Amino acid sequence: MNQEVVSPSKVVSGVQASVRDLHVAYGKQEVLRGIDLEIRAGEVFVLMGPSGGGKSVFLRQLVGLEQPTSGQVLINGEPMSDETRHRFRLAMVFQSGGLLNSLTVAENVGLYLTEHRVRKPDEIARIVQQSLHRVQLPEGTSEKFPPELSGGMRKRVAIARALTMEPQLVLFDEPTAELDPLVAVAIGREILHLNQVTRATTVVVTHDRELAFGIAHRVAFLADGRIQAIGTPDEMRANPLPLLQQFLAADFTPH
Amino acid sequence: MFREFGQMLLLLGSTLRALPQVFRRRRAVGEQLFEIGNTSLLMACLLSFFLGGVLALQGGAALVHRGLGSQLGGLVGLSMCKELAPVMMAILIAGRIGSAMAAELGSMQVYQEVDALRTMNIHPVPYLVLPRLFAIAFALPALVIFSNLVGWLGGSFIASFNHDIAVPYASFFASLREMVEVRDILHGLLKSFVFAIAIGTVCCHHGLQTRGGPRGVGRSVTKGVTNSIILILLLDYVMTRILLPFDA
Repeated sequence: MNQEVVSPSKVVSGVQASVRDLHVAYGKQEVLRGIDLEIRAGEVFVLMGPSGGGKSVFLRQLVGLEQPTSGQVLINGEPMSDETRHRFRLAMVFQSGGLLNSLTVAENVGLYLTEHRVRKPDEIARIVQQSLHRVQLPEGTSEKFPPELSGGMRKRVAIARALTMEPQLVLFDEPTAELDPLVAVAIGREILHLNQVTRATTVVVTHDRELAFGIAHRVAFLADGRIQAIGTPDEMRANPLPLLQQFLAADFTPH
Repeated sequence: MFREFGQMLLLLGSTLRALPQVFRRRRAVGEQLFEIGNTSLLMACLLSFFLGGVLALQGGAALVHRGLGSQLGGLVGLSMCKELAPVMMAILIAGRIGSAMAAELGSMQVYQEVDALRTMNIHPVPYLVLPRLFAIAFALPALVIFSNLVGWLGGSFIASFNHDIAVPYASFFASLREMVEVRDILHGLLKSFVFAIAIGTVCCHHGLQTRGGPRGVGRSVTKGVTNSIILILLLDYVMTRILLPFDA
């Protein structure tokens, strides 16, 4: 994959995200049971774990889409709010892409800039083309509508849209879900490349072990609503925690 | 139920607060207006023609029997503009446009489009609800004017061509002009405006509250349409009661 496409429009400094004793419950069901975490500025932090463990809920908390039952999320020491999210430009790439199906790819990618009127129309058009080029979408994609694109292309458009925000914290929810291995690897490389050129703090939630160990500076293992282990990829591989080792060793080989 | 009603009032309040942004959303408003006109005009035309026709058919026989055939135009005219056109057009719009609103917003909610807007600090109310509510509040009264005209034509057509009634066009419209005043038409338009706000608010609320995939979208559409129709009939009584002293 060619990673030398265009230079980034702007190198931003990543933010630090802190999570303090975070509890989330839906009725009587407690999904997150006291998460304490520091995500360092500029790192690629991967949250890995089995399905239903609370990973996506954690991500929604981190971007302020939901209110916690108790505890708090701090961005550069400031409590999460709409204002904080706007000021530090937190962007999220959703599992489904979260693209607006009624808008073209170009309109989707330029949506943030158009709505917040932070650029002139011709400048927006230029930034949109740059962003689409940066995620290596083929020519002619910009006038298509999201339902006309493949799953991998939709993810790339969602990444391009996040890029136009020049985010200081980018969150990816299951970025390789439902993608074939080649596209999954390409998306993983894209995430890593963007982190290297923009320096934005990157948080990836996944149950894809190869992606997690391939791109992470640090990995946390979330299961049963708690962080069970945290460390560098090498430390995690060496961690004797049975649940983690079971997760990492799972394959189709009959026992 | 009361909690949901409160949430709907809050949504309406937020939409009204966002009203100054409507000029910025003119493209979306235009698209919604086109959608309403495109999907409802033919149906409204058919419905209104036969509403007027049935009124003439049922009322005409009774009036002619009592020697009051010359009053038929007034009966059809008043019934259409004060009651039938606003209520029936509102029910039609709830079924065709309200359901589409609930389904579209519900799908956007389920497929994380609304969440994506929020992460970009684009508030869903001015972006999604305001254009829909504004368009329906403008389109429904316009549709009621159209429905009145077609209903009157339908009534006059049946009145003159039905041998048992045989009220000529001239007599029908003379009676209509004599009995229907501008305030009667305004009465219906005011009702339809209130119905439109109710339909838009209820359906957008249920759409934005959608949970649980495609089945959830289906549930939201059903709730949106049924609650809208119940509210239309309830508001119809309340509005009629309030407007009654002004008719005297």
